[in-house]
Amino acid sequence: MKLTLKIWRQNGPNDKGRIVDYPVNDVSEDMSFLEMLDVLNDDLVRKGEEPIAFDHDCREGICGMCSLFINGEPHGPGRGITTCQLHMRKFKDGDTIYVEPWRSAAFPVIKDLVVHRGAFDRIQAAGGFVSVNTSGNLVDGNAVPIPKDDADKAFDAATCIGCGACVAACPNGSAMLFVAAKVSQLSLLPQGKPERKRRALAMVEQMDKEGFGNCSNTGACEVECPKQISIANIARLNREYLVATVTKE
Amino acid sequence: MSKLDSKIPPGPIDKKWTYHKGHARIVNPANKRRIDVIVVGTGLAGAAAAASLAEQGYNVKAFCFQDSARRAHSIAAQGGINAAKNYMNDGDSTYRLFYDTVKGGDYRAREANVYRLAEVSANIIDQCVAQGVPFARDYGGLLDNRSFGGVQVSRTFYARGQTGQQLLLGAYSALMRQVGKGAVQMFDRHEMLDVVIVGGKARGIIARNLITGEIERHGAHAVLLCTGGYGNVFFLSTNAMGSNVTAAWKAHKRGAFFGNPCYTQIHPTCIPVSGAHQSKLTLMSESLRNDGRIWVPAKLEDAKAIRDGKKKGSDIPEADRDYYLERRYPAFGNLVPRDVASRAAKERCDAGFGVNKTGEAVYLDFSAAIERYGKQQANILKIQDPSQEKITELGRAVVSEKYGNLFDMYENIVGENPYDHAMKIYPAVHYTMGGLWVDYNLQTTVPGLFALGEANFSDHGANRLGASALMQGLADGYFVAPYTVSDYLADDIRTGPIDTKSPEFDAAEKEQKDRINHFLNNKGTRPVDDFHRALGKVMWDKCGMARNEQGLKQAIQEIRAIREDFWKNVRVPGKANEFNQELEKAGRVADFLELGELMCMDALHRNESCGGHFREEYQEVEGPQQGEAKRDDTNFAYVAAWEWLGEAGKAEMHKEPLTFEEVKLTQRSYK
Repeated sequence: MKLTLKIWRQNGPNDKGRIVDYPVNDVSEDMSFLEMLDVLNDDLVRKGEEPIAFDHDCREGICGMCSLFINGEPHGPGRGITTCQLHMRKFKDGDTIYVEPWRSAAFPVIKDLVVHRGAFDRIQAAGGFVSVNTSGNLVDGNAVPIPKDDADKAFDAATCIGCGACVAACPNGSAMLFVAAKVSQLSLLPQGKPERKRRALAMVEQMDKEGFGNCSNTGACEVECPKQISIANIARLNREYLVATVTKE
Repeated sequence: MSKLDSKIPPGPIDKKWTYHKGHARIVNPANKRRIDVIVVGTGLAGAAAAASLAEQGYNVKAFCFQDSARRAHSIAAQGGINAAKNYMNDGDSTYRLFYDTVKGGDYRAREANVYRLAEVSANIIDQCVAQGVPFARDYGGLLDNRSFGGVQVSRTFYARGQTGQQLLLGAYSALMRQVGKGAVQMFDRHEMLDVVIVGGKARGIIARNLITGEIERHGAHAVLLCTGGYGNVFFLSTNAMGSNVTAAWKAHKRGAFFGNPCYTQIHPTCIPVSGAHQSKLTLMSESLRNDGRIWVPAKLEDAKAIRDGKKKGSDIPEADRDYYLERRYPAFGNLVPRDVASRAAKERCDAGFGVNKTGEAVYLDFSAAIERYGKQQANILKIQDPSQEKITELGRAVVSEKYGNLFDMYENIVGENPYDHAMKIYPAVHYTMGGLWVDYNLQTTVPGLFALGEANFSDHGANRLGASALMQGLADGYFVAPYTVSDYLADDIRTGPIDTKSPEFDAAEKEQKDRINHFLNNKGTRPVDDFHRALGKVMWDKCGMARNEQGLKQAIQEIRAIREDFWKNVRVPGKANEFNQELEKAGRVADFLELGELMCMDALHRNESCGGHFREEYQEVEGPQQGEAKRDDTNFAYVAAWEWLGEAGKAEMHKEPLTFEEVKLTQRSYK
């Protein structure tokens, strides 16, 4: 295939940035999208040009590092996949493809397509945990049975890979789906219940501080989430937050 | 007298760890506040150790090269984590887990370490449950288990096909809790470039801030390397793109011995290479071998026709198929251990029976399972004389429920529906059993420098069993290092803060800056990946699934040539003081180019076959075990720990003899 790539180049956080055209030839449909970029970068280096910076690591859809906004969609066309799982057979000869970084005030661009997602770590550090120290003397893992349904729902929420596609998809740049996934996981499990109010308040407070927008229920986050995490979790977060707020002493 | 003291505590095997913990020194809380610990890597071992040491009261600095601690490659582990809980009442015990692990490792692991691993395994599950890790549960609300290769009990805990992710996010949440408290200072997008030794002890690291390019000095009273394995020396592996050996290799060059570098695990069921553009390989879970049958055509002309696109797998009649694992290993069939299954696939493909364009693929076929499940379902649903279509439809539904996500992943990558056409698979590099040599305290030969998880060599011998990597990472991080590191630090309560302006730090920093400048000023023409690919091909062809003396000797010469070429002709664009991914890669590949040679030296010296190390000269030539690995316990029942002698290709081997007091050495047989 022959394609025209229109790629966002930005030489650092203070650079204005621009779209640069790159024609690419001989793209095989077996390539992953990132392998196609590897080939382009290889070519750029040989020509003495600067390769395109983009984030990636596991290349199997689980680490959450890759983050491209392709033709207006986080992780490109296709549902339930990350950019690294996107293959070129989804495109056809002659296509023009726009490639941009995540766009959000809370995710500043580092270089080209690479953004800083430290805001997610700070939200997590504010309350996304169960306060338990390492100890060899904890109660047996089977001491508290957990209904399978609750465990499954908690698992579904816990599959979040923290990639930020929900934020990139949201017209308001909201991080509600990310926060909701963690709050849901832990409030569904007995181990997380004692701190559920504190957690919901602290994580939401940090989320607001980071400059993420508000949720207006567009549902775009759910559509673009590579792990297909349901916005029902946002409803649960709202309930948790409401209860925590009205019962606050 | 050996330079290696494994420091195995006295007493019977089941009392050693208790005795050791009881006699380990501890540091009082006020003094802990004056002690700094550096943890490099935030996978299972690193995140668990950093969180646990911070909970104890030490000042912890944690480093990872990813943009968040949550992305370390432990996250990609699929299958599960072993623990001797005996919830299934199937006769499991600490001793049995210990025994299976020693045997699975082909008798090349240290008994005392493995026993401790088995002993703390049950605590890991309790700890993770308390953190809110959503393990799979049954309808009674209790934890579910499944079986894995090489064992006869069900002791594998899991969270669907994403166990590594859930365990890592648990450890990450514990780590972030400490970050929130200020007990851990987190340095993401930082890469450790060197360890700094002052007065014979590890006293800090040199790290590069990957965003700004700044070279930073960090002092500490102890340094823990939790930096994973080195499978990416093969270029193509199931490791993440960034996984590298740099931290461990720099430690090696500063005096830490490297244990059993040649022990590599090749996983039998991965998606084959599709072309020259291939950047990494994807694993298909071991669980697929429960229902999938592995075969190649029995006739060479059929295999050729398939490769030329003139025939499909489904055109080959049953009688002309060679189910080679079932043929060679009637007792274990498709469920032989990983090393055995991988070698058997290679043997068939080398003989010309491969079934894709490159000739390096075999079929993993679910049609028999679909048929069997379909008939079973028809019986359950009381369908009389079901049509073939109905059977297939019902059978597919069952297979989809069990393995649907894996089938989807396969179709996504290969572009072929695995329900209609048998999957094509081939072995790929997956894990490295070798690593930095450590004693019972997980301390390397450099005082104050510890290695945890896949980065050390200690628990899996020459072959790791499925679902044991997660167990070891968390055991080391949560339950071993907090005791043994504290014991070491008891001598440091009066040391005071480490001065990072010392000549040792100056020298280490200068060395790294010089190296970076060399790369950037080199007038080369070829990108880093060129050299990495070339190295990977040599390693895969000559130090991969099967090795021989001649090939290894050639490999060493070839690696030297690539290394020389690399330093002369590599082109690294950009600048030092900016985000520069090519520069990151260059540093990593430079280290792989030195490690690769050591791996070949180790493989060359070990004149036996054991676990993942298969030397073609050392196999059974006759009898029922013909073609199987031939271990030599008389001459090779030891750990080979290599000492760096100042330049690549020069290393002195030290032996740690392995004594087996509990487990009797026998040949592994899966016939």
